[in-house]
Amino acid sequence: MTSGAAALETVVGLEVHTELKTATKLFCGCPNRFGDAPNTNVCPVCLGLPGSLPVLNRQAVELAMAIGTALGCAIRPSSFHRKNYFYPDMPKDYQISQYDEPINVDGHLALPDGTLVGIERAHLEEDTGKSTHVGSSGRIHGADRSLVDYNRAGVPLVEIVSAPDLRSAAGARAYVAELRGILVATGASDGRMEEGSLRIDANVSVRAPGAALGTRCEIKNLNSLRSLQRAIEFEADRQAALLAGGGTVVQETRHWDEEAGCTVPMRSKEEAYDYRYFPEPDLLPLVPDDAWRDRVAAALPPMPAARRAALLERLGDATPAQRDQVASVVADDLDRFVTAAADRGVPAALALARVANEVAALEDPGALDEHGVATLLEMEAGGELSATQAKTVLAEHAASGEDPRELARRRGFERVADGTLDALLDQLIAQHPAEWARYREGDEKLAQFFVGQVMRETSGKADGKAVVAGLAARR
Amino acid sequence: MSSLTRADVAHVAALARLALSDEELDRYTGQLAAVLDHAQDVAALDLGSTAPTAHPFAVGTVVRDDVLVACLDRDEVLAQAPAVEDDRFCVPRIIGEAP
Amino acid sequence: MTTAVELAERVRSGATTARATVEAALGAVADHDGALHAFLHVDGDGARAAADRVDAMVADGRDPGPLAGVPVALKDNLCTRGVPTTAASRILEGWTPPYTATVVDRLVAAGAVPVGKTNLDEFAMGSSTENSGFGPTRNPHDHTRVPGGSSGGSAAAVAAGMVPLGLGSDTGGSIRQPAALCGVVGMKPTYGMVSRYGLIAFASSLDQIGPLAATVEDAAVCLEVIAGHDPMDSTSLPEGPPSVVAALDDGVDGRRVGLVRELVDGAADDVVAAVTRAAAALEAAGARVVECSVPELRLGLSAYYLIAPAEASSNLARYDGVRYGLRVDADDVTAMNVATRTQGFGDEVKRRIMLGTYALSAGYYDAYYGQAQRVRTLVAQAFAAAYADCDVLLGATAPTTAFALGSRTTDPMAMYLSDVFTIPSNLSGEAAITVPFGAGADGLPIGVQLLSPARAEPRLFAAARVLEAAA
Ligand SMILES: [Mg+2]
Ligand SMILES: [Zn+2]
Repeated sequence: MTSGAAALETVVGLEVHTELKTATKLFCGCPNRFGDAPNTNVCPVCLGLPGSLPVLNRQAVELAMAIGTALGCAIRPSSFHRKNYFYPDMPKDYQISQYDEPINVDGHLALPDGTLVGIERAHLEEDTGKSTHVGSSGRIHGADRSLVDYNRAGVPLVEIVSAPDLRSAAGARAYVAELRGILVATGASDGRMEEGSLRIDANVSVRAPGAALGTRCEIKNLNSLRSLQRAIEFEADRQAALLAGGGTVVQETRHWDEEAGCTVPMRSKEEAYDYRYFPEPDLLPLVPDDAWRDRVAAALPPMPAARRAALLERLGDATPAQRDQVASVVADDLDRFVTAAADRGVPAALALARVANEVAALEDPGALDEHGVATLLEMEAGGELSATQAKTVLAEHAASGEDPRELARRRGFERVADGTLDALLDQLIAQHPAEWARYREGDEKLAQFFVGQVMRETSGKADGKAVVAGLAARR
Repeated sequence: MSSLTRADVAHVAALARLALSDEELDRYTGQLAAVLDHAQDVAALDLGSTAPTAHPFAVGTVVRDDVLVACLDRDEVLAQAPAVEDDRFCVPRIIGEAP
Repeated sequence: MTTAVELAERVRSGATTARATVEAALGAVADHDGALHAFLHVDGDGARAAADRVDAMVADGRDPGPLAGVPVALKDNLCTRGVPTTAASRILEGWTPPYTATVVDRLVAAGAVPVGKTNLDEFAMGSSTENSGFGPTRNPHDHTRVPGGSSGGSAAAVAAGMVPLGLGSDTGGSIRQPAALCGVVGMKPTYGMVSRYGLIAFASSLDQIGPLAATVEDAAVCLEVIAGHDPMDSTSLPEGPPSVVAALDDGVDGRRVGLVRELVDGAADDVVAAVTRAAAALEAAGARVVECSVPELRLGLSAYYLIAPAEASSNLARYDGVRYGLRVDADDVTAMNVATRTQGFGDEVKRRIMLGTYALSAGYYDAYYGQAQRVRTLVAQAFAAAYADCDVLLGATAPTTAFALGSRTTDPMAMYLSDVFTIPSNLSGEAAITVPFGAGADGLPIGVQLLSPARAEPRLFAAARVLEAAA
């Protein structure tokens, strides 16, 4: 940190835009799907063709209400406004958004460390299309033309605006990580930041602790937790250095340049913005009644904090490493696999380790069914499968969805009976007296020699741990 | 008097993405001022207690089910576009990011 | 000429064919439209094909519907798939929509045959059809006069007998005023009664589609065909179409009719006289006519000329040269937007876009747009009070008969005053109809206007039928 900056505290408020996981767009029946061929998911409404009219998607409203409920917001009678400005990726040259009557207000989010972050509002709005900049740089500056794809235009967004309650880049990162977990848990979002389904703007200012809020800059284009943290750190240092040098911070919107690792002032258009908000005449007010609110609240699954607590309780006293694993499986919505296995008697620690390491590493772990994974972990816990074998079966189960027991049987992964293993050990010890002698003298490496021999004889079906135990017993 | 100025008209023309000649600027300033002067009968009223009407009949929340509807044929859509490249709408260089 | 109802009956009974009916209409268009310019586009092939489909249904003994084989004219702000749709603006020249407006689908499903797209003031902004980007339409009764507007093309097409039925859109009187100036029936339904899906928006909270016809009965049949809930329009009323045809002969016996001073004051003497005769005719038919005053209506004009331009300034932002219609090239996208809109829009459209942008802009919203929305509430409350004592209201449709081409083009405010009697029902969202009722000193048609509360179309049509009989 720059000299003189050390005394200053960073103040951060975040605006998180999350795309909602609906089947169709906010105001039309086009697919809400990432990665399709350009301009294939379009209709008169989301192209803003003359004469077209918007009709609100019920599921988008319910997901917005679910987010609000999960964040402890009041769900209120709301309405839509038009935000007027020209931009080529916006088909109507206005965005339909909620303005002075958002559906969710006054909530809060508790960080894992207990910090409470205020949520000012979480409102519904439509996404824009996507522009690709063609020409020398491939970026907006220096491009000589842009190509627009409207597949994303009209995709439902909820914009979640936090109070300026965060005091560090790390805190901001923790907030987004926790929020992401909540959005995934509610089923509102897939949480895929790399696909842009979570996009963050950060309002950053610095001040002497206890002083009034300083002048803030808004940083746009933060599309990963890493760039969020780096951008806030850079911006706070920049402002601190400015002040330390006797300068002042000018309120402006800045752009995070990932490559250069710095924020730069955004080039805005010549005329000052004046969005001329007014009530959207094509949409009636959105007034959820109590029954609707209650239905959404009742359908809300447990949130990450509660699920972390439940897992930790099953683990008894968890190591710091296990706490991290608990946080990550919950964040990725994989804790249900741990719970399902533990419910069937698998030690929680083993289930957690396997889900956090092996299951989480799979292509699409969410697609697995709890029953299959639980069965597999049961077999490993019961010694029917070695760790290596379990890993193989998991991969095949993930690929084919077949019953793990059947997969193990087909591979001939049934466990070698203890009797057979004892007989085999005695025979091998007799065949290799020199190695046995060195092992008895304490050369542990020789244990691996015998394990290798056993594995060769049993074509890998034996349990390595059982072999080592057998050797130790004969020392 | 609405006291609409030439500068006001130049500002709204810019907001509305319209270019005006000096002659047009003078003409429109006069014409718009006349309409706004007539509108002073409305602007001058004290209506604090009266609620605004945005919709003649707000019959209540209107939503549709989250079900897919057939999209337009891309070729039919792009056939109407002034310029197309790689199945996208092509526009001249953009100055400045979206707000 | 033969009415739509008679034509449909003859087509359904096999007395004539839809094809012959449509050929006759296309012939009439060919004969008269050179002089009138009511049509911007005539779709002869499409019309013939549609007519043949109707005849095929009759041949298989299926009922093509209540408008079987009836040629209709569509205002060119209604989207028609594959048929050019311009809203009379150069900025949409050559655009062919990939979809069709709900009202057009419903007309066709009822057997009607669209023959073409009619002229209008650009984006329906005007009262004379002189603001068309493609040249004015002339009044069939006097080619030196305007047909009124903005639905001047549909009004002239019906008045000249080229088609028995036309669709228009009414934002501040754009169906009723041209109907009055052309001597035909024009009706603005309750807001939300007819779907706006596929109507190129001018002012979304005021726009409503309605029929122009030679007779009240034809207008009623048309309304029943196009009205009713549409899930594609969030502002569409939940109920089905009103039963106006069944109510046509209900008469006005015992009805209370309010002759509204503010809907007559300032009208020319011959127009006032016509309204007075209309009141007498209703009384003669058993109605009780009372003179009443609804002062709030005087505020309507100002409120309208703030609200409509404000919504228009936003609705017309999409014409930016990116996705469809005109593009005037420039080396950056902003300059391209400006060049396209500056060349593509006419003077009146620019005027209203700027007026509306101003009314919504920072610092002026409350004084203008916000205030106008409150006046809208006052107007609705004032109408409600009047309807406590009256079943329908009576007044003039337009202050004068058709005026001379060019006589008001240089003075927007004078032109705006042509709508002073029609605007209030758009602000309240309620129903209104104009019926031809005699001629003025200049021999040109005069229309009188009947107004009713929301969803009270049946009583409105019954009263209109009485005036039609007495005219
Ligand atoms: Mg936003
Ligand atoms: Zn769409």
